[in-house]
Amino acid sequence: MDETSAKTTQGPVIAERVLDEPSPGERARKRMFGHFGFMFGAGVLITIIAIAFLAPLISPHDPFDQQLARKLIPPIWHDHPKATWEFPLGTDQFGRDYLSRLIHGSQISLLIGFAAMLISGVIGTALGVAAGYFGGRVDMVVNFIITTRLSLPVVLVALAVVSLVGNSLTIVIWVLGLLIWDRFAVVMRSTTQQVRNLDYVAAAQAIGCSTTRIIFAEIMPNIVNNLIVVATIEMAHAIILEAALSFLGLGVQPPAPSWGLMIAEGKNHMLFDPWLVGIPGTALFILILSINLLGDGIRDVTAPENRN
Amino acid sequence: MSKRVLEVENLTVDIPVGAGMLHAVQGISFHVDRGETLCIVGESGCGKSLTSLAVMDLLPKKAIRTADTLELAGENLLGAGERRMSDIRGNTMGMIFQEPMTSLNPAYTIGNQLEEALKRHRRVSTREARDRAIYLLEKVGITAAESRLTQYPHQLSGGLRQRVMIAITLMCGPNLIIADEPTTALDVTIQAQILLLLADLQREFDMGLILITHDLGVVARIADRVAVMYAGQIVEQGTAEQVFNSPTHPYTQGLLDCIPIPGKTDRGKPLGSIPGIVPSLVGEFRSCHFAERCMYAMDDCTKADIDMRDADSPGHRYRCLLDPATCKSNAIREGVA
Amino acid sequence: MLIYALKRLSIALLVAITVSLITFSMIYLSGDPAIALAGETATQQDIENIRKVYGYDQPIIVQYLVWLGNALTGDLGHSHYLKSEVSDVIFQRLPVTMTLGACSLGFALLLSIPLGVLAAMRPNTLIDRIALSIAVVGQALPSFWFALIMIFFFGVALRWLPITGSASWKNFVMPSIALGYYITPAVMRLTRAGMIEVLSSDYIRTARAKGLRPIVVLFKHALRNAIIPVVSLAAVQFGFMLGGSIVIETIFAINGLGQLAWESILRADLPMMQAIVLVLACFYIVLTFLADLLNAFLDPRIRVS
Repeated sequence: MDETSAKTTQGPVIAERVLDEPSPGERARKRMFGHFGFMFGAGVLITIIAIAFLAPLISPHDPFDQQLARKLIPPIWHDHPKATWEFPLGTDQFGRDYLSRLIHGSQISLLIGFAAMLISGVIGTALGVAAGYFGGRVDMVVNFIITTRLSLPVVLVALAVVSLVGNSLTIVIWVLGLLIWDRFAVVMRSTTQQVRNLDYVAAAQAIGCSTTRIIFAEIMPNIVNNLIVVATIEMAHAIILEAALSFLGLGVQPPAPSWGLMIAEGKNHMLFDPWLVGIPGTALFILILSINLLGDGIRDVTAPENRN
Repeated sequence: MSKRVLEVENLTVDIPVGAGMLHAVQGISFHVDRGETLCIVGESGCGKSLTSLAVMDLLPKKAIRTADTLELAGENLLGAGERRMSDIRGNTMGMIFQEPMTSLNPAYTIGNQLEEALKRHRRVSTREARDRAIYLLEKVGITAAESRLTQYPHQLSGGLRQRVMIAITLMCGPNLIIADEPTTALDVTIQAQILLLLADLQREFDMGLILITHDLGVVARIADRVAVMYAGQIVEQGTAEQVFNSPTHPYTQGLLDCIPIPGKTDRGKPLGSIPGIVPSLVGEFRSCHFAERCMYAMDDCTKADIDMRDADSPGHRYRCLLDPATCKSNAIREGVA
Repeated sequence: MLIYALKRLSIALLVAITVSLITFSMIYLSGDPAIALAGETATQQDIENIRKVYGYDQPIIVQYLVWLGNALTGDLGHSHYLKSEVSDVIFQRLPVTMTLGACSLGFALLLSIPLGVLAAMRPNTLIDRIALSIAVVGQALPSFWFALIMIFFFGVALRWLPITGSASWKNFVMPSIALGYYITPAVMRLTRAGMIEVLSSDYIRTARAKGLRPIVVLFKHALRNAIIPVVSLAAVQFGFMLGGSIVIETIFAINGLGQLAWESILRADLPMMQAIVLVLACFYIVLTFLADLLNAFLDPRIRVS
């Protein structure tokens, strides 16, 4: 006799299951738009990128136009007779419009940040994935390379190399790109290792999936999340480094409106005209902050368990 | 001295979760006497671990505990603040956890962790604490006890670590030990040893022992009394003999049907299984918690909460609308009585 | 433990040798180092002289080995511009940079570890958000700009602190804060994450079940375990900080190794540049080696095997 079918009544359903739950895609989008840091970071970054692209159109003046007659005009919020809406952020010691310089400077920061991030990303990811996937000797060699790179003082080496080779924009980008790939390598290595050891990869192998399919279907999606997060970190890192190099005079050369350079040039006038240092520094801070918040947001939304 | 070590009446544990209030433990009552082993049996998620944490007041911060009575050797624990509770824990009441591999601090020696348990509650010299540690290590069956003191947890196997955990609980001579699935993470051969050890120690030191487990085999070995938990409630309670020989509640019968019992289960007969899943305990619902999976469920079963009632022998209680006679005949039919 | 130490030591040595190779080859980036050293107004004869004096006419392998051999005996070359031995100058300036580094590290640890512990004890509360905000702001703040802001407020506007030189302890306050703030976010986050993980571990539950007092649980049991990875990180970050000191030292006109490096770069004083990079790199290697040892020592699972 089949006892399990002896139930005599239907009775109400005690544990109700919600059948119309949102799909994973919808849930991810909800998390994204609800995450303040992500939205703020993304919003600010997109705005700055737009500004960089539209720079020639939206700059009120030519950033290189020096007119000593109108030098050191304070920004509009200063209670000063010379302050005028013609130069909302004032002018520097050469009479150049600060707003226009700031706008054009965004191009430099974004370009160098992005390019250096790409170069270091390619190098670091290649090294890291190789080490994580193949293990053994490859891993040992890559670890050695990473340790050696970490031993070198980055700022010092960058300065030395730029001083010896020359300091065009291209060289700065390449020097930075060749120096900051370590985090990419370390993170991609550990991520690849983790994913490689997961049960479902073993399961995929057990049912005969090809290596290519395993790499692209199982390993890549997990790597991509971390990759994007590290990319944001390193882009911010590159931007800070370029600013530091330019501040020291060995990055982008005058009269280019690199924000770091603007801070250096304004440093000597800081006592009476602090905005010369304050404005580009604030711009740097906001840009880097937005990139960091964006990266944190992406990590929170896609893999909150990596939150350290 | 009074025999009753622990008295619990109407204990509830509620935990606020995203979807509402999770009623993890709902009005359970039980007691333990000196020299007595109470086994709380139930499947994962039935609330048995939370029960033990509630008694020790080690629940997560969000959890809300209420009870009519919660007395340890006559002392009311309900109003006891954290200070008083920390004086009691490890002193008159001790607890052993499930995972011996991670329950000891990897940075300190065994000796250090044993001695600190005693020094916290008693004014003793390091020499005295050390002597007691050696004494107890030998009592729990660890040879070369003195040399073990300077070893670190990672140098010991799981079985040894669990013995050390037991020794730690015994350092201050507690009235009550709560063991939450102490053998689940151990090899089967070690399980038996640890259980026998617990039973011996309990007899020797005249303590009360609450053993929480999901393994009926464990229960059969050392339980004096049994409480069967399901979905936050105790559905059957009594002496081991009563519950095993006359399982009254359909869930208990279902459980016993799932395991082969020598002498009772016929050869070749398929082992039973209980269809369905445990109900969600979030939010209010008034019903027998087992009704959805019970083959004897009636309309009335889902209309209101069911109270405990007496079964056919004194001290044997169960939570079902069916009368004892019907339950008994069901049990016999199932082949579990 | 001994085997572990030896393994680490051999790797450290190998890395040091590789770094020396890289450092050595750096001076060839500009083409002919003799030309770079000689300067713009040099004649062909000057260049030839320099080539002989510095040995640039030898085969590269020989040059490297000579240079390495000298370096190992403490002879890091001769500075044409300062007219003195490189090693003399470096060791003269080293203590200042070390002092700055130590103060910065001290500031960073005093700020980040307590914050990290507090944040871990009360996650998602006000103190946690404050700690995380400090971390977020710290990561976005360029150290040189932060230094300038501090100079403006504390040095110029309020006149509380001196803004140049390295005469008294007051000179080190702002530079230490500017430099230390650089590594605070990473250390704080790691402390916080480590403590959160440790506080939810089983042995902490055991400690509470023993009735141990909360302070004892927090420090003796929790922090003792959570601090282990922080030690390694702090050592590594200290190394980074020393590299970044070049910016801070130039801003505050502190007479340390960083400023020396800066001057030598400006003057194309190649032997000096090489030597400083080598010294800092070796210092980092030694530091991480010691940190590895300390790490292993703190974790009985490695120390006693």
